[in-house]
Amino acid sequence: MALILTEEQNMLRESARDFLGTEGPVSQLRRLRDTADATGFWPPLWKQFSQMGFSGVLVPEAQGGMGLGYVEAGIVMEQIGHNLSASPFLASNVVATTAIISAANTTQKAFWLPRLATGGAIATLAVDENAKHQPSKIALSATPTAHGFVLNGSKTFVLESHVADLLIVAARRAGDPGDLEGITLFLVDPKSEGIEIERTAMVDSHNAGRIRFNQVNVSSEAVLGQVDGGWAPLSAALNAGRAAVSAELLGVADEAFGRTVQYLKERKQFDRLIGEFQGLQHRAAHLYCELEITRSAVASALAKLDADPSSAGESVSIAKARAGRTATLAVQEAVQMHGGIGMTDEFDIGFFMKRARVLQELFGDSNYHLNLLAQQRGY
Amino acid sequence: MTETVDLKAFRQEVRSWLQANCPPEMRKPISHEDDSVWGGRNAKLSAPQKQWLLAMASRGWTVPTWPKEYGGDGLSHDEAKVLAQEMAALGCRPALLSFGIWMLGPALLKFGTEAQKLEHLPKIARGEIRWCQGYSEPNAGSDLASLASRAEDRGDHFIVNGQKIWTSYGDKADWIFCLVRTDTAKKHTGISFVLFDMTTPGVSTKPIQLISGKSPFCETFFDDVRVEKSNLVGTLNGGWDVAKYLLTHEREMIGAMGEGTLPQSMIQIAVSAAGKDELGRLADPHLRSQIAEFDMDEAAFHSTLSRFGELVKARQAHPAMSSMLKYYGAELNKRRWELIMSAGGTDALEWESDRSSHGGLARAWLRTKGNSIEGGTSEVQLNVIAKRILELPGA
Repeated sequence: MALILTEEQNMLRESARDFLGTEGPVSQLRRLRDTADATGFWPPLWKQFSQMGFSGVLVPEAQGGMGLGYVEAGIVMEQIGHNLSASPFLASNVVATTAIISAANTTQKAFWLPRLATGGAIATLAVDENAKHQPSKIALSATPTAHGFVLNGSKTFVLESHVADLLIVAARRAGDPGDLEGITLFLVDPKSEGIEIERTAMVDSHNAGRIRFNQVNVSSEAVLGQVDGGWAPLSAALNAGRAAVSAELLGVADEAFGRTVQYLKERKQFDRLIGEFQGLQHRAAHLYCELEITRSAVASALAKLDADPSSAGESVSIAKARAGRTATLAVQEAVQMHGGIGMTDEFDIGFFMKRARVLQELFGDSNYHLNLLAQQRGY
Repeated sequence: MTETVDLKAFRQEVRSWLQANCPPEMRKPISHEDDSVWGGRNAKLSAPQKQWLLAMASRGWTVPTWPKEYGGDGLSHDEAKVLAQEMAALGCRPALLSFGIWMLGPALLKFGTEAQKLEHLPKIARGEIRWCQGYSEPNAGSDLASLASRAEDRGDHFIVNGQKIWTSYGDKADWIFCLVRTDTAKKHTGISFVLFDMTTPGVSTKPIQLISGKSPFCETFFDDVRVEKSNLVGTLNGGWDVAKYLLTHEREMIGAMGEGTLPQSMIQIAVSAAGKDELGRLADPHLRSQIAEFDMDEAAFHSTLSRFGELVKARQAHPAMSSMLKYYGAELNKRRWELIMSAGGTDALEWESDRSSHGGLARAWLRTKGNSIEGGTSEVQLNVIAKRILELPGA
């Protein structure tokens, strides 16, 4: 299992870095926010991004994708983190695509994978129901009817939901919240009767939404995978999302750190560059170490997902927990070391702090994953 | 990952050789420091220890990657990894622990003359000579280059006078590799790297008792010690380059130091002291989350050691990354032992009973406090990172 990039992967990294740095920089996110953009991402960017093949990274070549793995998806995510590019890549091409690849039948795959790979359709996973991530506590109910099921309940923090063409809804067909058995995944058209989507503008100016399901009828063909057997594909999709978010957090942290080190070499106070002060040097050097060690944890989780996803859970939790911690430290140090200018909206560094805060919560924060790690290790 | 046919065959060969040659007693973890083999003229080895060392040294596997003419087996990086994996799988302990292998050997391979390599490396590989390191002085700790031990040029030899401190196992070593001042007008460029026998007239040592109650370090005194010029490694006044190279190896070594020898895991210690709750979780919830956080960082650090190995192999590693490994590894190990003490409660505080293996936990805990001081303090490592990796001004 390799933890450093191959030549091909380095080329992918450079191409993602150049493209997003030019076409999807932080200034674009600022413009989307300032104009209260209805889409929430920049459609021409998304189109070009898809044309370059990035949106099909995980989709097999037979279905129009690149047929690559999570290491490659992580490479793209890290560059998204560096540039804070708003895009449906994470929700649609990593999380939802993984759910479909893990559990969909041939018909479902043939319909959705080519559309997702080309970016022509956007899919998203609806899992959280409370303010803290607790996927086993799903309560949204799926009650059998003559032709299928009827869904009742609500979801929150659903990425890109107001522009999605497909919702993958985690519902409870049997059992009680907390049970892993009885969870069923459904492919749901967001325009179905009884669905209300409220776009929620978040602190990081990215897209999420709250969804109400009020007597929503779905056919039995809408079931993704096995009835009551949704926990396995749900976990696969969440783990893919967690590893990808870890890579994005690494990119966010690395960029905030790089900008800060640069600032330490430019800003003068007391007739000296502030980077000459040992108080700041040691904090920067410590942060460098934290970043390098987190980079290893993220690389390890992505590589394990490619090698054997069923045993990657522990590595994924370690990566997500650590990337959350490291990014939190990096963005706080960034604002502090930039001083007053770091507190201004005009300066970009605050965007990194906001994004890191959201990514920390997404698919379980550090505390959630540390608890999971302790459980997995039997204490 | 698929292994080449050659490597697969090699793995098979290693496995059967280890099964045939590693005595059963050597397939158990080292239980305490006196149970480990450091070699040297005065070493007292048990029969299985002797047998295992002889077998490994004859194959060149105490130093598997060194060339055959110097006592190694000329293995590639991948083959050496296979050997390490197979030893771990069988539970074979290392046949020989040695500063000669970890520190002096790599420096001699890079800077030594052919005669020096042929004289010293095979004896290191066979565990015949035990080495110690003469670096720090009472007034040259973190600022190592200000060292004052003097070597005066007397034509074909030097006369060395001065004092070293923190010489690891100085009282047990046969030879010393030592930094001495050969030019008093310059700092870094006035230092030379010399080797000499600890039985040379004028060399004496005095053990230093640590807060752990043990004495792994010595003060070492040089009083008109004669050192032949053939024992100068590298150029005259060029010793700092040798020392820096060797220090990276030392930093990686201390950084990679594991849990040492624990009879029980941290969790077992914590559970026996604090118990579990009705859900099977460690009953002390705050300790539980601290241990989980430690486990996370330890796993990430292990991934970093693997990644660093890959970077070195691909020639992409920044040389100062060893400072990161030293810094983080030392701090992590200190944290581990703070948690072990917390997990063990009052049982871990016993200092002398047989029950506590004579204060095994408490003494090991205290010893780790030196991890962030020896081999360059944590603060010095952060200085190195700030200067050489981040290129911060005035660092």
